[in-house]
Amino acid sequence: MKSLKSLLRWESMLGVLLVAEFAFFAAVSAHFLDVWTLSDATFNFTERALVALPLALLIIAGEIDISVAAIIALASVAMGLAASYGLDTPMLVAVGVVTGSLAGMINGALVTFGRVPSIVATIGTMTLFRGAAYAILGDRVLKNYPASFSVFGQGYAFGPVSIELCLFVVFAMGFGALLHFTRWGRCVYAIGANPIAARWSGISIDRYKFALFTVTGLFSGLAAVMLTSRLGSTRPTIAQGWELEIISMVVLGGVSVRGGQGSIVGVVLAAIILGFVNFGLGLLNVPGIAMSIVVGTLLIVAVAVPAVAQRWPMFRLDKAH
Amino acid sequence: MPERIDYLPMQPTMPPSRRRFSATAQRDTALALVTLSLFIGVTIAFPQFAQPTNLAEVLDDSALLILLALGQMLVILSRGIDLSIAANLALSGMIAALFNRSFPDVGIVAVMGIATVSGAALGAINGLLVWKLKLPPIVVTLGTMSVYRGCIYLLSHGTWINDNELSRGFLSFVQVKFLGLTSLSWIAIVASAFALAAMRHTNSGRNFYAAGDNPSAAANVGIDAGRMQFIAYTLCGAIAGLCGYLWVARFAVAYTDIALGFELQVIAACLIGGIAVAGGSGSVIGVLLGCLFIGVIRNAIPLVGISPFWQMLINGIVIVVAALLGARGRERGRVILEPDRAAP
Repeated sequence: MKSLKSLLRWESMLGVLLVAEFAFFAAVSAHFLDVWTLSDATFNFTERALVALPLALLIIAGEIDISVAAIIALASVAMGLAASYGLDTPMLVAVGVVTGSLAGMINGALVTFGRVPSIVATIGTMTLFRGAAYAILGDRVLKNYPASFSVFGQGYAFGPVSIELCLFVVFAMGFGALLHFTRWGRCVYAIGANPIAARWSGISIDRYKFALFTVTGLFSGLAAVMLTSRLGSTRPTIAQGWELEIISMVVLGGVSVRGGQGSIVGVVLAAIILGFVNFGLGLLNVPGIAMSIVVGTLLIVAVAVPAVAQRWPMFRLDKAH
Repeated sequence: MPERIDYLPMQPTMPPSRRRFSATAQRDTALALVTLSLFIGVTIAFPQFAQPTNLAEVLDDSALLILLALGQMLVILSRGIDLSIAANLALSGMIAALFNRSFPDVGIVAVMGIATVSGAALGAINGLLVWKLKLPPIVVTLGTMSVYRGCIYLLSHGTWINDNELSRGFLSFVQVKFLGLTSLSWIAIVASAFALAAMRHTNSGRNFYAAGDNPSAAANVGIDAGRMQFIAYTLCGAIAGLCGYLWVARFAVAYTDIALGFELQVIAACLIGGIAVAGGSGSVIGVLLGCLFIGVIRNAIPLVGISPFWQMLINGIVIVVAALLGARGRERGRVILEPDRAAP
């Protein structure tokens, strides 16, 4: 009960932050509160947020994957090569998703069978996957995608609602239901909170972790489909630095990096907040690299607030124990 | 029932003392043999590789990696990790370059001092957040990595500082030669010798191992593990700051993206060298061998005729293989040691 309360509190804080952010940008820019402006803005987070959903589960289970952006790059290169051999759109999507899943399985195998700590394993595979993208492409660009491929990143489901946004909403609800309302989801929390107790309770931890790494890879592949389709080209630098923004979404969403804590609602709210920070600062002509100060600071503040509250109880929002 | 239990003996035990002392040495010997055979292989195919002038160049090329890896080693030994090391280097390098542009007549020692102090301050920010707030090191340094990069842009307004805006003394220092080696190489050699002696034979050096290996046991003998982490981050930052100046002087340019992604090479050197991310285990020799391994590969690649775009892939393969071998070694050690520790 207590953890549920504290989660709700974190999420209501995020809700207030989101409203304040909208009010601020609406006040400083007359064009902000336009349906199409807002629709454009969603492209700033949907692809990254798609990866943040499974990554949240993985972090709740006490592991981490910092190779996600490199998987996106590798999957994008695979699709680019497939397209240059003349494969059609459905096959391209399959290639992207399968490449991502395989990359995720490599991570999972290293952590479960290889017993490598996930941070080391994914620092290694991050270098490996991005390195493979560089080795294959060098300084070339792949951009001979079929015209129909652009629908995923540029198409609209209905009115101003993009296909990317629709997919994100559907998968967010899916992951929310999986994590919060199934036995499987409870096990994910149990593994993150106390792996030894979980193991003695008969949960096959390795199977869960392998599955979570694979799903994270799969969704990185899906994000690669969206991103490649939106940009229409692949370079080895694609999605550079995205691991920072994706992990920021998860951590700002209230997921504890120590495992066992967090919710999908928080991650969704954090994704929207970060997406609109990027978009709003862009409206104000703040250059991208300066925005990284905001994202980095938000990431640290998000982990520092609970730590400060725990250390100096007078700052605690919640009076009840 | 759980399929496997880590902390029960799974195989007949060897005398733990023999095993414990030889584990690191065994790994270092293996890495030395691999590096040496790589070196001999390249030399047989391309005899010019082993010429003294070329070897001096390989050392000059690896010097920055060696310095940074020694700093990173301290952080990882004390159970942290510093992903912001390259961003710190770039920011301190930019500060040194901006200072030199504004005051070209001030001596090189002052420039190095400023770069080192700026780096130490940035490292101390990481250290304070990890020590005082007990924040997870990976999140803290991922955040500061991005903040420090952004600050370079704010300081420089996105412009480049080229060699014509820097003073001669600033640029020529790293090229000064003594006994055939550059001053950059000498700094790396002196730092390595100092680290070898200090990590093995001084209390302060041993304290990093103690704090990382078992923080609560360290606390019982009066070592504050959090404080050791803070010191490690600050020292690592100071090294990164000094390397910032050296980097800008060596490549004669400062801009927002210098050393982008270099933190991965530094961490790779440590992991290949056998520094365990769990803390408390690894040797200076291992780190130096890890750096030389990367340095030999990096300098052999163009000779062998492989595109430089393959460097990152090779690094990735090496990290993954080293991590797999390291994990196996640790697991075996742990299975044997655990019951021994629990015994009265």
